[in-house]
Amino acid sequence: MFTNVKKKAGIIAAAALFSSATFAAEELNLYNWVDYTPDDLIAQFETETGIKVNLDTYDSNETLLAKLKSGATGYDIVVPSQNFVTIMISEGMLEKANIKGMSNYKNVDKRWQSPPWDPTQEYTIPYQMGTTSFSINMDGYDGPANSLKEFFEPNDSVSGKIQVFRTPDEVIPLALMYLGHEQCNENPKDMKEVQALLLKQKPHVKVYNSETMVANLASGEIMVSSQWDGYSMKTRLRDGVTQLKYVHPKEGIIGWFDSLVIPKGAPNKANAEKFMNFMMDAKNGASISNFNRYASPLDATAIAAFIDPELGKAPEINIDSSVPVHFSETCSGKSIKLYDRVWTKVLL
Amino acid sequence: MEIKLPANPITRRWLGLSPALITIFIFMVLPIALLGVYSFKPADSYGGVEAGFSLDAWIQLFFDRDLDDTLIFDSIYLQIIWRSVMLAAIGTTLSFLVGFPVAWYIVQQPPERRDILLLLVTIPFWTNLLIRAYSWILILGKNGMIEQPLLAMGLIDDSLEMMYGNMAIGVGLVYSYIPLMILPIYASLEKIDFGLVEAAHDLYADRWAVIQRIVMPLCLPGIIAGCILVFVLSLGDFISPSILGGGKKMMLSNLIQFQFSSARNWPFGGALTMLLLMLVAFGSYFYIKASRKSAYLEK
Repeated sequence: MFTNVKKKAGIIAAAALFSSATFAAEELNLYNWVDYTPDDLIAQFETETGIKVNLDTYDSNETLLAKLKSGATGYDIVVPSQNFVTIMISEGMLEKANIKGMSNYKNVDKRWQSPPWDPTQEYTIPYQMGTTSFSINMDGYDGPANSLKEFFEPNDSVSGKIQVFRTPDEVIPLALMYLGHEQCNENPKDMKEVQALLLKQKPHVKVYNSETMVANLASGEIMVSSQWDGYSMKTRLRDGVTQLKYVHPKEGIIGWFDSLVIPKGAPNKANAEKFMNFMMDAKNGASISNFNRYASPLDATAIAAFIDPELGKAPEINIDSSVPVHFSETCSGKSIKLYDRVWTKVLL
Repeated sequence: MEIKLPANPITRRWLGLSPALITIFIFMVLPIALLGVYSFKPADSYGGVEAGFSLDAWIQLFFDRDLDDTLIFDSIYLQIIWRSVMLAAIGTTLSFLVGFPVAWYIVQQPPERRDILLLLVTIPFWTNLLIRAYSWILILGKNGMIEQPLLAMGLIDDSLEMMYGNMAIGVGLVYSYIPLMILPIYASLEKIDFGLVEAAHDLYADRWAVIQRIVMPLCLPGIIAGCILVFVLSLGDFISPSILGGGKKMMLSNLIQFQFSSARNWPFGGALTMLLLMLVAFGSYFYIKASRKSAYLEK
């Protein structure tokens, strides 16, 4: 009996070892934002290359940075926004890759080749680009829906039905914009005004969370919510909140640009490079946008045949030229400290 | 093959314990000690710590630096800590009020039925805590499982606003941790000789007196174990306040998480963690000590 058990255990151990050895060569560990990876595209990549993709998700750039900083290894591809790409490059957290030599690189829109955050294009390939602002369910809403005032100092019809992102990094830039102060602010006086504004907004807020806005908008629990353009469009088209309007505030909107990068020590670097090239394919790049509803950084004529025509007309991603778009920068330690101080006080 | 055991019984005891001790040391003591060390280092502005020594994190717990670098007393972190302790205390009390009668009821059942009931108590534990929290949104939320029938019957005509408030936090805490209250209380109730209860009744004790004078003291160890388990877990609970409560008020756990993500202040996160650990350790130590004394006096 005892030897029997031992034998069995041995077989299982051997099987486990064997299978992990065979899989190790054909795996790709992708760490991406929640609800940001098209399933069918992943399935297509798996059948085309025989590489198995393991997906893990996060909800903010800060979570990603903290995880990588804590020494988490094992990820082959992660998806930071432009200001975090700058940090990761300067901290030596990324692997270089021969991106300009990839066969599909020619599909990238000329404007986004060698972007300011990766001037030599050695670390990043573009994934999606979009904006951060807020959405209003116009069903029963009385207002022009064109100003940040309606988010920070909402009128009575939506008071108590507001959802705000949980990270200061996505909320404070909009507040600074509304107050007309400069971004990455190091001036305590300006930040006091931000704090006063957020504290004034708080009684109208029901939830601080960066993940549940779709469900809350769909159930009617929330009427106004922090949003990204494509996610707002998805909520309108997929989740049935037909009256949802993504606001392009006259004071300005926050722009962002997400890229695929390979973190230092990635176990399957070759597979990651295959994945990068795969994602720059015109058809695949179009499917990413068709799924996420964000604008594609690939060349418009290259993807024209594959992109959903609805997307080109969508009010969410077509911003009037009178609205200033501000791309988030990497802020100094001093301003980060002030942001955190303000945020802790707001959530006290 | 024959393995020779050391003759000395003490050596043998330590040898037997060593796998457990080594595991605890590597996976618990070492990481916590590392956090303790981190709390005395300067913060790297992109997360992580720099070389050197700094008391900044511990100073930050109680003081704020003014513009001209003078230290002024600052209670915001103490307020957050106090709020978390209160919330945990309320969660523990509610869990006891619900859990004790349930454990009592289960003990009264015939043995084969008890097993089924205990199994039912533990079933929710088979599902991920996060999924259970989201399920509560469907139950308590607007047009949720509670509101919808009431709306349809015309008993209410507007949302009850049950979600995203103190009530939802309370429900989340009690629901998450109640098996940890029921099981230890059940275990000690089960051992009670019910002859004592009958004897008390014979001596004209009413039901309340029986519970208070006989049952409670006898199952005190179970109650204490349950309370400590629920209190400690509630104190560190992350999901109920942020998901069910709407995240409007930071709790100690949210504050710690915040230091390791947005704030990029790992040393302060480490200091907060050490403080939480000390609170829990001292709390349970005094609790156990006090209850031992009272149990001793009862005898």
